[in-house]
Amino acid sequence: MFTSTLFASILPEILVLIIGLLILIVEPFWKEDQRRNVGWLTAGGLFIAMIISLLFGQPGEPVTTLGGMVRFDWLGFFFKQLFMFAGAATALLLMDNEKVGQRGEAYLLLLASLIGMNLMASSADLIMLYLAIETTSIPLYVLSGFMLADEKSTEAGFKYLLFGALTSSVMLYGFSLLFGFTGTTNIYQLADMLQTGNLTLVAAFGVLALILVGIGFKASIVPFHFWAPDVYEGAPTPVAGFLSTASKAAGFAVLVRLFFAVFPDPNLDIARGWAITIAILSAVTMTVGNLLALPQTNIKRLLAFSSISHAGYAMIGVVALSQLGAASVVFYLAAYILTNLLAFGIVMAFSRVTGLEDLKDYAGLSRRSPWLGLMMLAAFLSLAGMPPFGGFVAKVFVFAAGIQAGYVWLVVVGILNSIIGVYYYLNALKYVYLYRSSEQDEENHPVPLTRPYMIALAVLAIGVILIGTIFAPWFSWSDAAALNLF
Amino acid sequence: MNFPVLSVITFTPMVAAVLILLLPAQRKNEARGVALAAATFALILSFWTYFNYDQAAAGYQFVEKYNWLPALGISLHFGVDGISAPLVLLTGVVMFTGVLISWGDDHPHIMAGIQDRPREFFAFLFILASGVFGVFVSLDLFMLFFFYEIAVFPMYLLIVIWGWIVTREYAAMKLTLYLFIGSVVSLVGVLVMYWVAGQNTGVYTFDMLQMEQAGFSQTFQNIWFLPVFFGFAVLGGIWPFHNWSPDGHVAAPTAVSMFHAGVLMKLGAFAALRVGIMLLPQGAQTWSWLIMLFAAIAVVYGAYIAFVQADLKYMIGFSSVSHMGLVMLGFSTLNRAGLTGAGVQMFSHGVMTALFFAITGMIYDRSHTRQIPELGGMSKIMPFATVGFIIGGLVSMGMPGFSGFVAEFPIFMGVWGVQWLVAVIASISIVITAAYIMRNIRQVFFGDMPEKLEGHMTDVTVLDKVAITTLCLFMIIIGLFPSFMVPMVQTGVENILRLLGGA
Repeated sequence: MFTSTLFASILPEILVLIIGLLILIVEPFWKEDQRRNVGWLTAGGLFIAMIISLLFGQPGEPVTTLGGMVRFDWLGFFFKQLFMFAGAATALLLMDNEKVGQRGEAYLLLLASLIGMNLMASSADLIMLYLAIETTSIPLYVLSGFMLADEKSTEAGFKYLLFGALTSSVMLYGFSLLFGFTGTTNIYQLADMLQTGNLTLVAAFGVLALILVGIGFKASIVPFHFWAPDVYEGAPTPVAGFLSTASKAAGFAVLVRLFFAVFPDPNLDIARGWAITIAILSAVTMTVGNLLALPQTNIKRLLAFSSISHAGYAMIGVVALSQLGAASVVFYLAAYILTNLLAFGIVMAFSRVTGLEDLKDYAGLSRRSPWLGLMMLAAFLSLAGMPPFGGFVAKVFVFAAGIQAGYVWLVVVGILNSIIGVYYYLNALKYVYLYRSSEQDEENHPVPLTRPYMIALAVLAIGVILIGTIFAPWFSWSDAAALNLF
Repeated sequence: MNFPVLSVITFTPMVAAVLILLLPAQRKNEARGVALAAATFALILSFWTYFNYDQAAAGYQFVEKYNWLPALGISLHFGVDGISAPLVLLTGVVMFTGVLISWGDDHPHIMAGIQDRPREFFAFLFILASGVFGVFVSLDLFMLFFFYEIAVFPMYLLIVIWGWIVTREYAAMKLTLYLFIGSVVSLVGVLVMYWVAGQNTGVYTFDMLQMEQAGFSQTFQNIWFLPVFFGFAVLGGIWPFHNWSPDGHVAAPTAVSMFHAGVLMKLGAFAALRVGIMLLPQGAQTWSWLIMLFAAIAVVYGAYIAFVQADLKYMIGFSSVSHMGLVMLGFSTLNRAGLTGAGVQMFSHGVMTALFFAITGMIYDRSHTRQIPELGGMSKIMPFATVGFIIGGLVSMGMPGFSGFVAEFPIFMGVWGVQWLVAVIASISIVITAAYIMRNIRQVFFGDMPEKLEGHMTDVTVLDKVAITTLCLFMIIIGLFPSFMVPMVQTGVENILRLLGGA
């Protein structure tokens, strides 16, 4: 029963769990002022876990293990690596956040939610999927409201909890209906039944809509996005960064797996109908996100709305329902995770020193700390989709997939939206590079970075440039992940 | 494998930009030194490429090809032909002179050149230069697009940070949005071309040499030629999408204006030619009347607006619209004379406007005004710059013996062969140009110096003189010895004609 494949299929989860246990054992022995070092342990442990699972946990042909609960394939594997990377970066960024980073629990919650995400990416069964989603969400509710003394943080945690509970119960209702109609909870068996016509179209449509509510919440797709700006603004910034990247990508991992399993043939009527539904959602998500980002003055809210719009761009690849489409979504998410973590990391580093979060407070940043300014340039230009940063290539691939599938109108909407995006991203950079802060001798007011920030930001910035220039290896991994869907 | 000269040229500025950023902020002169060294190196290599291009063999030379993303048919495929080799040389020249001009002089009265944060300035300028080189040498459509976008975004920062304080925020955003809209419109066309070419031939590739054989249908070409050509032509300053250009010129600092008018506008025209006309030749034949109409309007309208400007930089900005209109006019003829003229005009105009903007910048740095009526008598203080401006003026008017004549004469010949009426109308611009150039030379450089400028003016620096001399030499050499450039451009034109005829 315990075969090596079984072990390999949940190796990342096991390793993450071991790190968590280690923290539980070690942390009480450390003095209060040393507890931030748990961050080094978490980040280093996740890094080692990534290497171990790269060496020993690579999937071969897709198989299902654990009694059909988990599917072991490249799609899941690639997403798990991405999540662990995002987790490591977040742990580093947490360390010097005074109210959160000094407490060992924060890292433990982060790891717990990582286990959930890893399982989300590889679930092949509705029950497993639901458990995974809840395992992801509950620690994140706590993390969002971690700063008890801070009203906004408490509000964020509570809001996130209410939205999450509501949407996941709607999704659970969908799951139970699906089980009632078919008598099975395995995603791949369900897909077969749908194709052979054992499930009526109306029922399938309705049930999928219910499930989409839950996924849409995780991925912050309009109209399930209302929580995002408030939660990002109130939650501790590293947590907001994690929510907007790994947690969103986990939602997409489920969306991609479900959608492609259920509709392997894009020419079926129901597949077309769903593709058009998703296309409309994608267009609305992009447009709403970008238009609402325009008037923002708080940088965290700006990033929140921009991250909503990025979910819209990524969905263009889902709509395409082709191998390139799936590969482009995975590639887009990889580029997006790096870029957005970088952006949030800079916001953290800046507000840790200054305590300020408004765009206008960034005036003169490039004079105060030229390198921080340059990294912000890289992050924002990558979000705007400019080369040589990751965002450009990712956008071109997604657009290429959309055009291949014949959705020229959707690509045109995407392009109009990128123009809006360029406007507000460049506007933000104008503060960094052009305006002067109230003290005229900015050179003497640098924004010092502590070592964890330096490491995290440098790795992320280099990653954003690498993914945008030497994109062949990244793309072939995304492509391998996409191949497993067919 | 031969020496990969084209990739070295393309990536030299990029590497230099990183090196400059790694220097400490206080070491301004070291930053300038690295910049000058890199620019000189790139200039020498582009000269080498130009003179070693084998005109008898023609075609694409110094070809390098590395697979970049085989799954989608993207490769790093470099090569130059008779059209792009002069443009690579032009970029080298403008980059070299641009660095010289920006070196500046921190004499308290003058503050010429770039004194505030030169490190960042040169780094952004060089990233821009890398993008420009990359577009001129890329034979892969994806990479061409990649470099094209790299050339666009540093402009925003260069203008917004170091630009003219009054209009820089407005102009920089306007310019960036115009160029971005243009480029994404052509991106849609490019992606559609990629898929259709793949369906037609079975090979999905962004390689332009293979896409030339894709056999696009007549209807397809008629539809998609418009977004592809005009999307790129926005950067070429084509009427009615030229509005960003004079505003951008005026707001930009001197070296950026030189780059912008001298090289960037060629980038748009070149990409429109390479992607629009060469990959969709039948579409070009269908729509050539429209390009000709727009170009003819640009030529006359640009010259007329330039005539009424009181601001020296606006005048040059609109004269650029007019001269780039001549390039587009040459494209629209689709015949040998017109295309050859357009090719030479791209080089000639690049050198000429770079010179105009350089001298305008020198005057502005010292007098702090660009209003033509407020200037006068400069020839007494800066005789060297005066001579340079007059030579540029003669080129602008198309005087025989200078490069402008070599370029414009074939264009008008080509247009005459297609539609004589357009040639007649467009030639009005020559008269207008002569009028405003001569009026300005008289007002700015001769006559009496206004009282408030007395004592403030100093002569240009030695580096400025080197830059002026370099630029003037090219205009005179091409004018006296057209064989320096015309046969080279003709080899490139033959290839375009083959595509147009064989279609």
